[in-house]
Amino acid sequence: MSAAVTLPDVPPGYPEEHYLNNGFSLKSWLTTTDHKRIAWLFFIALTFMFFIAGAAATVMRAELLTPAGDLVSDGTYSRLFSVHGIIMVWFFLIPSIPNTFGNFLLPMMIGAKDMAFPRINLLSWYVYMIGALALIASLFAGAPDAGWTFYTPLSTQYASDATIIAAVGVFIVGFSTIMTALNFIVTTHRLRAPGMTWFRLPLFVWSMYGVAILMLLATPVLAITLLMVTVSSWLHIAIFNPAIGGDPLLFQHMFWFYSHPAVYIMLIPAMGVVSELITTFARKQIFGYEVMVFSMLMISIASFFVWGHHMFVAGESTFSALVFSLMTFVVSVPSAIKIFNWTTTLYKGKISFDAPMLYGVSFIGLFLVGGLTGLVIAMTGLDMDLHGTYFIVAHFHYIMVGGAVTAYMGALHYWWPKITGRMYPEMWARFAAITIFIGFNATFGPQFLLGVAGMPRRYHTYPDQFQVLNMASSAGAIVLAVGYILPLCYLVWSLRYGRIAPPNPWGATG
Amino acid sequence: MMLPAGQTPAYLGDDLGRTIVQFLPPAATPMAHSVDTLFFWMVGICGLVAMTLTVVIGFLMIRYRRGKKINRDFHVSKKRELWIEFGWSLPVFLAFLAFFYAGANLYVKAFSRPADPIRIDVTGKQWMWKFEHPNGAREIDTLHIPIDRIVELDMTSVDVIHDVDIPAFRIKHDVLPGTHMFLWFRATRLGTYHLYCNQFCGLGHSKMRGEVIVMKQTAYADWLNDQQVPDSPAEKGAALFRAHGCSGCHMGNSAIHAPDLAGIYGKPVPLANGTMKIADAAYIRDSILFPSKDIAAGYRNDMPSFRGKIGEGEIQEIISYIKKLHRDYRNEP
Repeated sequence: MSAAVTLPDVPPGYPEEHYLNNGFSLKSWLTTTDHKRIAWLFFIALTFMFFIAGAAATVMRAELLTPAGDLVSDGTYSRLFSVHGIIMVWFFLIPSIPNTFGNFLLPMMIGAKDMAFPRINLLSWYVYMIGALALIASLFAGAPDAGWTFYTPLSTQYASDATIIAAVGVFIVGFSTIMTALNFIVTTHRLRAPGMTWFRLPLFVWSMYGVAILMLLATPVLAITLLMVTVSSWLHIAIFNPAIGGDPLLFQHMFWFYSHPAVYIMLIPAMGVVSELITTFARKQIFGYEVMVFSMLMISIASFFVWGHHMFVAGESTFSALVFSLMTFVVSVPSAIKIFNWTTTLYKGKISFDAPMLYGVSFIGLFLVGGLTGLVIAMTGLDMDLHGTYFIVAHFHYIMVGGAVTAYMGALHYWWPKITGRMYPEMWARFAAITIFIGFNATFGPQFLLGVAGMPRRYHTYPDQFQVLNMASSAGAIVLAVGYILPLCYLVWSLRYGRIAPPNPWGATG
Repeated sequence: MMLPAGQTPAYLGDDLGRTIVQFLPPAATPMAHSVDTLFFWMVGICGLVAMTLTVVIGFLMIRYRRGKKINRDFHVSKKRELWIEFGWSLPVFLAFLAFFYAGANLYVKAFSRPADPIRIDVTGKQWMWKFEHPNGAREIDTLHIPIDRIVELDMTSVDVIHDVDIPAFRIKHDVLPGTHMFLWFRATRLGTYHLYCNQFCGLGHSKMRGEVIVMKQTAYADWLNDQQVPDSPAEKGAALFRAHGCSGCHMGNSAIHAPDLAGIYGKPVPLANGTMKIADAAYIRDSILFPSKDIAAGYRNDMPSFRGKIGEGEIQEIISYIKKLHRDYRNEP
């Protein structure tokens, strides 16, 4: 879509030629090694995947309006939530901020001309696309239906064949993540401009560096796990299959060893973005820069030692459960520190309420709710009640959507003038930000109550007493869907009709 | 619901959805009350923290909004900054330790195996729950238990991972194939409560629901006595195995030299003619009806044929018994 962009009036001081108009052919885009254009390639692909997964969620919410399974069959419902989870996690959330804004901004923020490995950067996009095509192929081959967690032996022995195709897609897309992570680490180490020392790096760059370490260390474990699932499914090897001597708990350990850090892979970039948003729109330096950096690095490291909190009632020993619970509280401390630091940054600031700031503030609020409810389920004695219920669903959506996606939307508006040279319509953007905040809370707030009432997740039909809360959640989902479609419309509109952006629209100083 | 006379009506503690909206299920065990107490403490603490931060952030945003004329001089030394960071990190860390302890305390109690429980076997299967009481009484998707007694579920699955979740007891545990998991509770409130499968187990997952009926102890005893305890095919087979005299030769320490059948089912058997055969249902049936057809290596052909002396149904029951000789009850379908 951006290929059609021409800037009719070049304001004084603007280059005649820039990355958007130095080639309009498809080839110039598909063979580019310019980090800014690669960011656009990811951007388009990710937006497409986001709306597929969002559509799946919308149908699920419609099905859950009534206790009976009357809109879609149980098979379709299983496929909807599996596809929703797989796409949202691996094909949207994990690459969301790093592969778009990270790609675009990291070299600029450290004063480099491009990434350290521009061609690997492009390769990362192609690998992503191959993974995405494998996943889309799996949709046509019957669609995965074992949930995004691929729990064995359900996924290997009992699920649709397309489940394994989807697992292969996730396996492939993992290599895209690894390549991007490698690029970020090398770029940050080797290509910083003279004088750009480590403790002068913007917090966004720190977050890209921290997340790259996580990606590089965690993703191979997922790849190995999914490879073993695929192999044991095709060749009937025991590994995870208890019928012939394998261990299904081993799968869960390996899966969560990756998938818990994966939550922080989504969240750390979001924290980096929010640190930029809060400081820019409060006209103030971040409070406690070094502490922000160290708390982020602590999260990166400690998040590798908490995976067992997904398995308190899955069959791990009482001792392991207690250790993992304790570690979970340890990793929560730096997150709490970050919230206090953002709040303190507002003190004596000069605060304006442009759309990116609205997203920044709603991130803090939603992340706070997600974090506090996380404490509740990190307590082993409460998790044995709430585990596997809608309380969990609500909790992780507050972190992954309320946290990560909100920050992504904030980044999108904040850097839109930088990326496109155009301003988005401010009033529409504020309206959308508020709509998303309200819609999000209306969708997932009732799900906390559903969880407390005992409704298990992944239920296609449910007992009557859950209906009112489910209807409230579905009604909220309509508002939320409108909130996400609005920016798609006005941002595309602004590509052609938006006001030409001034050099520093936000008056940012950092 | 079939309740013996004298049983308190089940809907005393009903949580089966006669209301259109329910926030908390009834708390039917002492553990459930403890969980609720802890949960409401957490709601209170977290609610307070969330409210305080919301008020502070709202206040700061309004007070320091761009248009307002106000003193914005801000300077803290690095040293002071570190003290501030330390000042709010330490209480947070201590509070988190307290949360950890409070949760761990309940969890350890809930998952320590109790002494002398009533043990009920649970088998999860796509998509139903099978229960077997100590006297052999069986039921599907409905579990009768006595009030004020510790009941321990001995749980296994025959296919995928399931999860026994009883919200009124505030407790759950996964049920894994190939191994045994345990869950205990002591119900202190009469009534009928939901039982959910809480681990996604395939298409019928949301239909894998049942009920737990907490009864008075006398009513439970009466109920147990009223249950017809049917002999399983294997149990009938065991009786036939003795009645037809099979056990005289085919038991481990019998005087006559004949193959021991324990553990033979499904295994390859070397034959006298040098080939191998898998000891499946067909092989066992043939061996009963046509014993001289496939002689096991190392044995003489001296077993009589039971053709015409035994019915097909009886043969199947004997096969079930032989199967069971090597499968321990864990893997029973």
